[in-house]
Amino acid sequence: MQARPNTSGADTAFHATLVLAGLGVVTVLAGVAWELLSLSGEALSKGGIGFITGMTWDPVAEEFGALPALYGTLVTSALALLIAVPLGIGSAVFMSEIASSRVATVVGVLVDLLAAIPSVIYGLWGLFVLAPLLREHVQPGVQKLFGELPLFAGPPLGVGYGTAGLLLAIMVIPVITAVSREVLRAVPDTQREAAYALGATPFEVIRGTVFPYARSGLVGAVVLGLGRALGETMAVTMVIGNRYDISASLFAPGYTLAAVIANEFTEAFSPHYLSALAGLGVVLLGTTLILNAAARLLVRGVRHGGAG
Amino acid sequence: MIVNNVGLLPPISPRLRSRRIADRVFRWAVMASVLLVLLPLVAIMGTVIVRGAPALDWNFLTSLPKPVGETGGGVGHAILGTLFLALGGLLIAVPVGVPAGVFLASDRMPRLGGTVRLCADVLSGVPSIVVGMFAYTLLVLPFKQFSAMAGAFALAVIMLPTIARTTEEVVRLVPSTMTEAALALGAPRWRVMMQVVLPSAGKGVAAGVIAAFSRGAGETAPLMFTAFGSQFLTTSPMQPIAALPLVLFNYAVSPYDDWHAQAWAAALVLATLVLAGNVIAKVATTRRSR
Repeated sequence: MQARPNTSGADTAFHATLVLAGLGVVTVLAGVAWELLSLSGEALSKGGIGFITGMTWDPVAEEFGALPALYGTLVTSALALLIAVPLGIGSAVFMSEIASSRVATVVGVLVDLLAAIPSVIYGLWGLFVLAPLLREHVQPGVQKLFGELPLFAGPPLGVGYGTAGLLLAIMVIPVITAVSREVLRAVPDTQREAAYALGATPFEVIRGTVFPYARSGLVGAVVLGLGRALGETMAVTMVIGNRYDISASLFAPGYTLAAVIANEFTEAFSPHYLSALAGLGVVLLGTTLILNAAARLLVRGVRHGGAG
Repeated sequence: MIVNNVGLLPPISPRLRSRRIADRVFRWAVMASVLLVLLPLVAIMGTVIVRGAPALDWNFLTSLPKPVGETGGGVGHAILGTLFLALGGLLIAVPVGVPAGVFLASDRMPRLGGTVRLCADVLSGVPSIVVGMFAYTLLVLPFKQFSAMAGAFALAVIMLPTIARTTEEVVRLVPSTMTEAALALGAPRWRVMMQVVLPSAGKGVAAGVIAAFSRGAGETAPLMFTAFGSQFLTTSPMQPIAALPLVLFNYAVSPYDDWHAQAWAAALVLATLVLAGNVIAKVATTRRSR
């Protein structure tokens, strides 16, 4: 399009402003990565791979190893997904395939409310309601049934990996549900109608035609949920138990990367200590980005593999 | 739904029966999952209301905290602090986020646009505690002082991708016929954008901004080592400032029963603030799409 001479200057300036704002977003992200890396540089270069595989966290002796916190982050997030994926996708199926549109709208609004509750309120509820409930009524019963398994060993404290994982599950369900619902809605009705015309039951329609069509989108929904679980700080800090160790038992107290940072950052008394905490931030950010990228590749692989 | 042997229909074969049973089991499982998902919402909001309401009165909303051991005291400073921080965050995030969203929707530089979009998505996935560390190194370390400014900046970083992506979405919804009509009348692009596109997308942009505000108001982790918290009513951007989520957290992990009660009341105030913002944003967007 031909630019008019009397306006092209203003147009160029306007466009430049927009580009500048766009670059601002890029700069902020680059800034986050850069500042974090430079602050943690000392701890990472001094510790090397030992920073990730080390088991001790001793600020006084300046010995820093991230493994127990990384383990806690991964275990609680995995547990959260184990609970949240079936329930979240199940709810999405209910809303898009089974419920009337009015019921689906109401459920959708409620699920969005669940997503909007600030995480510190989840933590408050987890600490004063969920943890005592599990300690007094659930954990002793589970131990009576499966007490010999190392998975449920140790005294029932109420706080620990299991409680944190359950609370995280409640927090990521709305994310998985909302995205899955959008994905399922995008499946063309002709898919369903074709299967119904062949005499399939609703279950067979969903399993046989809706899910295969929506698979990559559903993986994306799960990844978004995983991202929230990995980085979640406040709620987990309040119910994880804050013990810097690795335990196979879900009832044992532990720690996560974000929780260590939240508890210790303002108390970091030396530059080394601060650098090590920033190192935990790098491990956390790295884990989030790697899992995200892996899932994106997975989604692309599914898409390129053709219809299932 | 379940058609059985009625009248002259032939009897159901065992295979069809088992398929129908599977279908019914599936239905029950899906409905059970919805109930399990909604149960925590009822449990959490119910507890917050039941435990928060008794400690909630005018005094709690307006007065400053009392020292440990004395009863009474409130969170007035933290309510103001949270509004101050979230508005400060918007003040930084809106001037960058809205034009960035307009840029994304304009599609005039697709390669750069793709990069910006990717960065916004990655940024929205960065854990909020990491954003707090970023603000700390940028605005706390150099001044050797926790400050409201650093807190507002951290919230702005969290709000930025939300604002940019919502703006992009609603600007894209403006019919291209409107843009074309304005361009055909000889209006330059910047006037088309400012006087045709943005006014028509205005409600949606505002909804995105309100959603970002209420998300920012509920954040705790990025404020722990930026705004830091304060026992007093402060308004200087260069000083630490109280925030409702911080007070809530500190009271919750304290050993005092009186503070626990206040934490529940603070939770009720915070939930009301955040959910109200969410509802307003949602109402605005649903009206728009009709």
